[in-house]
Amino acid sequence: MTARVGVVVFPGSNCEHDVVEAITTVGGKADLVWHGERSLDGFDAVVLPGGFAHGDYLRPGAIARFSPVMSAVADFAAAGGPVVGICNGFQVLTEAGLLPGALQKNRGLKFLCTEVELEVVTTNSVLTRDGKVGDRLRVPINHFEGNYTCDEATLDALIAGDRVVLKYVQNPNGSVADIAGICNEGRNVVGLMPHPERASDPLLGSSDGVVLLRSFLGAA
Amino acid sequence: MTFDVLVEVRHRPGIADPAGATIERALPALGFEGVTGVHVGKAIRFSIEADDERAARGAVEEMCKRFLTNPVIEDFEVTIA
Repeated sequence: MTARVGVVVFPGSNCEHDVVEAITTVGGKADLVWHGERSLDGFDAVVLPGGFAHGDYLRPGAIARFSPVMSAVADFAAAGGPVVGICNGFQVLTEAGLLPGALQKNRGLKFLCTEVELEVVTTNSVLTRDGKVGDRLRVPINHFEGNYTCDEATLDALIAGDRVVLKYVQNPNGSVADIAGICNEGRNVVGLMPHPERASDPLLGSSDGVVLLRSFLGAA
Repeated sequence: MTFDVLVEVRHRPGIADPAGATIERALPALGFEGVTGVHVGKAIRFSIEADDERAARGAVEEMCKRFLTNPVIEDFEVTIA
């Protein structure tokens, strides 16, 4: 059966159509879900896409976390459903407490819009299960607040628990331990700053994101 | 009673403040020498109804912890008048 992916749309999201297109390209079915929805019934997986949810007012993700759909996302995640937050979606997941740590402003105070090289650190997550440890993937980033930070105990737990999913080969933003993406203890919730949906076709300059999207669909 | 509240939000020690660092580097270009320790934060002002100042402070600190700041990267200071 084709996996059906819910792509959450907050006021200010702007990557939702790219995600729908990319999911469709790799053989899934994707539908937009307005942030006011209270149910995710019928969906096999959920994506929180990039953008500026609620204008990023106060802090990125700070207000999105109160959107009605986020209770449903929390329940979906607690039940083991695959959830991935891309860029602003990662920020929303940290603010909502579904992933630890926070994304602070990039080292160097520059908005970064470029392609980076990622290394797969673990294949034990819904986003990387079809990859190989050590795989190098070329995927774009597009963020101002992508500098992952957390306290030492959290970092130790992430590393000891094999929960750093992707890291930057060359750290573009100052993230602690070169972290580009992490997962929760259940390994079904992943947040990452790079945009795999923008690396889903050779015409876009890279199709290295496909392995991530396929993994995600396979986990659904 | 109505209390006027000022919440100052600051980066926690060790959290990068690239805006502060950039401003500090720019000041000498205008002739302002000797400025150090520039930090850029946020100020949030509002009024709140509460029985007394202690109750107001308690409510404000609670909203700071749960919403107005991200304790992973930010500290806050509350001033009530």
